[in-house]
Amino acid sequence: MIFLWSFIIGGLICVIGQIMFDAFKLSPAHTLTTLVVIGAVLDGIGLYEPLIDFAGAGATVPITSFGNSLVHGAMEEAEKHGLIGVVTGMFEVTSSGISAAIIFGVIGALLFRPKG
Amino acid sequence: MSDKKKKKLPPQAQEYQSFQQDREVKRPIFKNCIKAFLVGGTICLIGQCITTFYIYFFDFTEQTAGNPTVATLIFITMLLTGFGVYDHIGQFAGAGTAVPVTGFGNAVISSAIEHRTEGFILGVGGSMLKLAGPVIVYGVFSAFIVALIKTILIQWGGL
Repeated sequence: MIFLWSFIIGGLICVIGQIMFDAFKLSPAHTLTTLVVIGAVLDGIGLYEPLIDFAGAGATVPITSFGNSLVHGAMEEAEKHGLIGVVTGMFEVTSSGISAAIIFGVIGALLFRPKG
Repeated sequence: MSDKKKKKLPPQAQEYQSFQQDREVKRPIFKNCIKAFLVGGTICLIGQCITTFYIYFFDFTEQTAGNPTVATLIFITMLLTGFGVYDHIGQFAGAGTAVPVTGFGNAVISSAIEHRTEGFILGVGGSMLKLAGPVIVYGVFSAFIVALIKTILIQWGGL
């Protein structure tokens, strides 16, 4: 069942992005930035975690989960160390996405040549 | 073009603007949304398969399995970007490939490959995050604000 919901929820988040592309004529960078901020706010008010439980990868794969995990890492550290933790814990959970992108980016640049 | 900018233009240019607007090809929003839904949903479904794989074969819980899933998807993106397949899928799917983390990975990896001719330090290292930078910058900043407000509310507001 979670496979079906991940397909539907993930697809719907992409449709929101497509509407921002087409109807509001935003550039991809603007759209992605807005979605990340939305993800952060949703986690702040405690709505993103239930969505992950409900839709699995449908909620963790879209870029909105990026904002969610940034807030999550910050909050986890903030519980231990107070306000300082907000700064120090920020990348605790998100690190996999950013580090994977950077690592595979460099490997990709080593392996492949630009086309055209 | 916004109305404010339009008023500053000479009358002929204004005429041209409305002429051009009439003939501009309307974007097929509904069709694009269907495509984005199908492709985006499929990427998330693949992500769910990978998540399930990590839960059953490695010691990940449902909460933590998201991290290796994202890394795996970005690895697949690297291969697809390198062989030039991702661009074709992106042409077809629009936001369906841009919104999942694969779009983030593609933005980083494609600019890394594109700029390798400028050298590895200034080219690859310097330009890699050109497209993905705003996502990280405003993601971090908004997360900081949200977490700050929440922490203050918890500590002093007794939430």
